[in-house]
Amino acid sequence: MKKLILGALLALEPLCADTIVIQNATVMTEGPKGIFKGSVVVRDGKIVDLGEKVMVPAGATVIEAGGQYLIPGIIDCHSHIAGSGSINEGSVSVSSMVNIRDIINPDDIAIYRALAGGVTTANILHGSANSIGGQTLPLKMRWGKSAQELIFAGATPGIKFALGENPKRAGNPQGGGRGAAGAIQVGRYPATRMGVEDVIREAFNDAKAYKVEWDAYDAQVAKGEHPIPPRTDLKLQALKEVLENKRYVHVHCYRADEILMMIRAADDNGFKVRTFQHVLEGYKVAKEIAEHGAGASTFSDWWAYKIEAIDAIPFNAALMTKKGVLVSLNSDDAELMRHLNTEAGKAMKYGGMNETEALAMVTINPAKQLGIDKTVGSIEVGKDADLVLYDGFPMSDFAKVQKVWIDGAQYFDRDKEVAAQAAKDAEKQQLLDKEKAAHGQQSTRRPNQ
Amino acid sequence: MKKLLVLSFLWCACALAEAPSTVAIHNAKIVTVSGPVIAKGTVILKNGLIEAVGENVAVPPDAWVVDGEGMTVYPGLIDALSTVGMPGAAPAATGGGRGGRGAAAAAQTPVPAAQAAPAERSWGPEDRPQTTSWLLAADELQAGDKRVETVRGGGITTAVTFPTRGIFAGQGSVIDLVSGEKPAEMVLVASVGQYISMGGGRGFGGGGGGGFPSSLMGIISYVRQVYLDANHYKLVKEAYAKDPRGMQRPEYDRALEGLMASQRFLLPANQLVEMDRMLRFGAELKTISPVEQKMIIYGAREAYRPEAADLLKKANVPVLLSIHWPTPPARTADSEDSNETLRTLIERDQAPSAPAVLQKAGVKFALYSDGAESPRDFQRAVKKAIDAGLSREDALRAFTLSPAEIYGISDRVGSIEKGKIANIVVTKGEIFDDRTQIVMVFVDGKKYTPDAPAAGGRGGPATDDPGAGGNQ
Repeated sequence: MKKLILGALLALEPLCADTIVIQNATVMTEGPKGIFKGSVVVRDGKIVDLGEKVMVPAGATVIEAGGQYLIPGIIDCHSHIAGSGSINEGSVSVSSMVNIRDIINPDDIAIYRALAGGVTTANILHGSANSIGGQTLPLKMRWGKSAQELIFAGATPGIKFALGENPKRAGNPQGGGRGAAGAIQVGRYPATRMGVEDVIREAFNDAKAYKVEWDAYDAQVAKGEHPIPPRTDLKLQALKEVLENKRYVHVHCYRADEILMMIRAADDNGFKVRTFQHVLEGYKVAKEIAEHGAGASTFSDWWAYKIEAIDAIPFNAALMTKKGVLVSLNSDDAELMRHLNTEAGKAMKYGGMNETEALAMVTINPAKQLGIDKTVGSIEVGKDADLVLYDGFPMSDFAKVQKVWIDGAQYFDRDKEVAAQAAKDAEKQQLLDKEKAAHGQQSTRRPNQ
Repeated sequence: MKKLLVLSFLWCACALAEAPSTVAIHNAKIVTVSGPVIAKGTVILKNGLIEAVGENVAVPPDAWVVDGEGMTVYPGLIDALSTVGMPGAAPAATGGGRGGRGAAAAAQTPVPAAQAAPAERSWGPEDRPQTTSWLLAADELQAGDKRVETVRGGGITTAVTFPTRGIFAGQGSVIDLVSGEKPAEMVLVASVGQYISMGGGRGFGGGGGGGFPSSLMGIISYVRQVYLDANHYKLVKEAYAKDPRGMQRPEYDRALEGLMASQRFLLPANQLVEMDRMLRFGAELKTISPVEQKMIIYGAREAYRPEAADLLKKANVPVLLSIHWPTPPARTADSEDSNETLRTLIERDQAPSAPAVLQKAGVKFALYSDGAESPRDFQRAVKKAIDAGLSREDALRAFTLSPAEIYGISDRVGSIEKGKIANIVVTKGEIFDDRTQIVMVFVDGKKYTPDAPAAGGRGGPATDDPGAGGNQ
């Protein structure tokens, strides 16, 4: 498996020196050491030392980063890249049997582009076509590795829920026609927000009954009996894991009323919402979100693309933060994903956050929301060496990512990328010319049929 | 009697079988595949079986003798994944690749499951959507399928033919390509494995009213659920068989019965990513499956990548490799610029080298026509693989003994050996060559003379060389 270098065509194998020292950088740690000018020492994929003065171990690769900024790898709490096929199983209102893990596509160029934008971890979510969507998981952007090697080891898996317009669209006679041209779209329940709530509550009724059945079986087995096990139902199995606190719930939502509905439904069924996603009206119900213990992952200033996304303000992130909500900024989009640094920067203008608070929304905060903050999200001794080096202040529009490391291995180098471009263009032209020559020859030889 | 002129067959464009009880092909070069090549020898076919083969084999007095001088005798070719004889099947068994990034992406998973028979909208795995796992190709065979004759013209005597519509499409059968009234005569082995496809899927809103599953991840979860259900079904059935009193009877489920009747399952994988995904998924299914099943990967377009060959070798899973090589999209003179990625261009350039790469890596593989069924297309496609580094011997093996081994039928077909079924190809010139002429084909000992190509009149069936009489 280790030899599987999927991206060999487009990227060099990540350089993995045992010990690296990045020195003279402005280090924005998002950890206890705050911001300082100095060095970070990486060994065997982990951060082992940092400070204004560090011991440079013998044989270490030293990277001179004077005038540059080093930040923790950016974490995108809401992404749909790196999947094969549709990220929606939209045929049914509860599609919790499907799993993004099954369709990880390490060949998706969006991974490399995200990497070039400083993203080292992304939460890959199922789409929002149904009230209860598929199973999800965070990936590290280890471009060139196999699907299994992208998986963030030890991270708690998730599940996507969706409220509002998207999940009810397929049930709406006017809104459901996304099938093949001319095909009759059979309406799918629900067609209203009421129905969305009903679907979620009904699913958990089923899941609880399923759990009772399995708990009884497990108890019999524990007593040394050999009963026939109940049928494994992948759809209810995922919801059972939610009830057992083994799977995080990420809820796509916009309006304040549906956010409150979701909190009630979760409380009634004995589970927690881990994050509200989009949550554009979160500023209206920030207190309730904070009380429930949920995080909020929102956009900086993206809205008005549909009715339920109208009542939005750029102060949303800052206001929710002030009310005690753990807030992150996400992309939900392969392009936006490439400049989450400037998305964070907008919170400094709208809401008066300082640079540490703003940057936290794309680093340590999403790490906490995904339960992976013990290993990533900040530059601290013992954490994974997921690091991004910018040539200037990282939340500036003019800052360019220079180098990116994941687990201490370098996966992106701007200079190398730029230098390799000409060779790739030449190779492409050569193949095109070869093909043109061969094809032209063939077509004159092909007999009439 | 002994001096029957071979040439006379060439004028005879009829494809009717002639079946003398004993045939001797005399003084021919014999490529046995299982053993050394016999420079000059004799093959005796009797009652549909190979009676004898060797340098010094006596020709029985009652034999109908073919003067094999200047001819080569090969085992009949086996198309390892076909839809020949299946009602309404398109020639392209697995919708292989065309050129272009978009096309390549669309053809990631080889079979469009969307063509599944119109069914009720499915609301979940319990509805067993796009599933006809109980279908047996042997039961569906259409004796009058024109494709039998077409394919045979290229030297293919045996096809492993599958129902291919749906996710669990059904069980394939090994058939001999005899023309006749009764399809049952064609069947060599009725069930060799379950054809699984991963096609279709539109995602948002549910595929065109077709319901669940509408995405790749939906299909994968569905396949997994069916295997889990089969596992549970067998447990419950066995318990009920042991002591039915006081127990609710398990509901009969033909989808699960069909799956459990399958000795093998075939999973599609064209790209490296898909090979990795399907090899892992297949390994998982084997652990869930209530019955012993072997895994086969089909498609394998990116097998030219050494990483892919490594992966397949390590997994020790046999591969059916499509010879439907990707071709460039139609370009006009004024659309010089290509938006295609470097990767797509490399794929198109290197795809035909996949068999050579697999051969070198020691992966067990067979080739299949994947729609390249006319003798000309077939020959040309195989030639591309040879030009890209596959030896002629290995190409031959990938169409004879290797598929026979993969399907567990090498004790009856796949080589010229005493006692095996009399499936034989007689050529002028080396097989898979541009100018090769397939003189006659024996299937189950019945002789067929391929049609001369419509365009060429007299020329060999597989040549498109203007110099050999091809029509421009």
